[in-house]
Amino acid sequence: MAMTFAEKVLAKYAKKQTVVPGQIVTVHPDRLLTHDNTAAIIQKIQPELENYGVYDPTLSIIVLDHVIPAASEKTATNHRLIREFVKKYNIKHFFDVGYGVCHQLVVEKGLALPGALLLGSDSHTCSYGAIGAFSSGIDRTEAASLMLTGETWLKVPQTIKMMLQGTLRPGVMAKDVILHIIGDLSASGANYCSVEFHGDVGQLSVDDRFTITNMGVEMGAKNAVFFVDDVTRRYLSSIGIPEKAYDPMYPDEGASYANELEYDLSTVVPVVACPHTVDNVKPVTELAGLAINQCLIGTCTNGRVSDFQVAADILKGKRIHPDIRLLILPASKSILEESLRKGIVETLINAGGILLPPGCGPCLGAHQGVLAPGERCLSTANRNFKGRMGCKDAEIYLASPATVAASALHGKLTDPRKELYV
Amino acid sequence: MNVWKYGDNINTDMLFPGKYTYTCSTAEEIKPHLLEDLDPTFAKKVQPGDIILAGKNFGCGSSREQPVVGLKAVGIVAVLAESFARIFYRSAINQGLLLIECPQAVRAYTDEDSITLDIERGTITVGDKSFTFPKLPPEILAIRDAGGLLPYTRAKLKKKT
Repeated sequence: MAMTFAEKVLAKYAKKQTVVPGQIVTVHPDRLLTHDNTAAIIQKIQPELENYGVYDPTLSIIVLDHVIPAASEKTATNHRLIREFVKKYNIKHFFDVGYGVCHQLVVEKGLALPGALLLGSDSHTCSYGAIGAFSSGIDRTEAASLMLTGETWLKVPQTIKMMLQGTLRPGVMAKDVILHIIGDLSASGANYCSVEFHGDVGQLSVDDRFTITNMGVEMGAKNAVFFVDDVTRRYLSSIGIPEKAYDPMYPDEGASYANELEYDLSTVVPVVACPHTVDNVKPVTELAGLAINQCLIGTCTNGRVSDFQVAADILKGKRIHPDIRLLILPASKSILEESLRKGIVETLINAGGILLPPGCGPCLGAHQGVLAPGERCLSTANRNFKGRMGCKDAEIYLASPATVAASALHGKLTDPRKELYV
Repeated sequence: MNVWKYGDNINTDMLFPGKYTYTCSTAEEIKPHLLEDLDPTFAKKVQPGDIILAGKNFGCGSSREQPVVGLKAVGIVAVLAESFARIFYRSAINQGLLLIECPQAVRAYTDEDSITLDIERGTITVGDKSFTFPKLPPEILAIRDAGGLLPYTRAKLKKKT
């Protein structure tokens, strides 16, 4: 029977010939991601850890990224508990404060491979479909259970096939593509579903694909995936992973889809997601001139070298508007290092940017760039929920790095195409 | 019994603000902040036995489980919604919080209606109208019957040794 990507991966991990949507299967994932929430997770299962230990010290990937460097005695103590746990149970894949955001590290350290199954106690775990893995978010309790047993249940999802046709116009980025799709489908438009991206995807780099799969959860998807091609193989080779190290998975010809959609990339324009839902998407031109207080370029959605390069191209030799705070948040230490080598960081700092340590920073409102009531932030992050950046009376608009950089320059929402053509 | 009625896309930041995610983990720490940015009266006035009624995509957003832990701890008997986001749905199974996906019942509700549930039969009565909702599959009922995922996992570990 012809199967979709999700069906094939889940059949493989359930050790079955075929599976069908709705079927519940027991699986042993290749990796389990947890981050600062590891402290709360291990506290739930102290006696069991003492009695049984962890199921497999190579299963867990633990990253300290959400509140780093620690913002309070409480968060510092969480970090200490996690370091003690890592040492005691000999956890192999641990990244302490300063390495970067968990999702970026999972991919760039080669811990997610094409065709692999990964689960993580973070909703943006769906990112690893960028390199052809099946990955999905779970909660803390399920992560605790997985640490002890290595197994869990998954329901085989229905699949939506998205055909991306045509060529992106200059000044339009992957962020505009995914916001355009979510605006069209709605924040629940892919609920419980697997989303496959097909079509003219050769023009999208792994960075671009990461931006798109990262936001799969913002339309409710269980996972989102691009299939292994030359772009993927080149990327994996660049991080030291040869082709023989992975077994790519592709959907079968004639697989059955719950829905098939087509998007013409040549008609996508720069857009913003307006408060307070990610599907409240409008063209930048419609809101151009909107006053802004803070700009954020970075996060696991848009914090890679190519994102900062676009911003640097717009800001080179210029100064941002004096009323703007521009925060620069690299997704990892190695991205920061490469951006330093290429002079991108210098350009952004000279233009007035403020460099934050690689991590989640202001994205979740715990520290570093919390907003005041009445303020407005234009951000490359993935969520604009009310209160997301620490203040329920502030507004968050989401956009591409090009739009945010152009807007930082002028102190108001600006169409980036104007900056790129002058 | 009170019915707390909310709209579409109630996300986990509204149910429990992200700024507390790494400082509040226990039920007692969570309770005062439940629905803080959505409805400041909720944490003060919610009573055991109350129901939440909502539109589409309830619980979307972050994977944080404090909303589920908190709603269970204050005694919410069920969340009735047109649809739920999937991580929230799994989390509710893990904590033993009853979620009922029944758009017809949500749409039938008016402020004067009382709501009664018959969990074993899978029926919900809104005013004088009755609706059925599908039973959970046996694999999931086993987790619920064990009292949630951690008790279920503990029993499984004991069996193995």
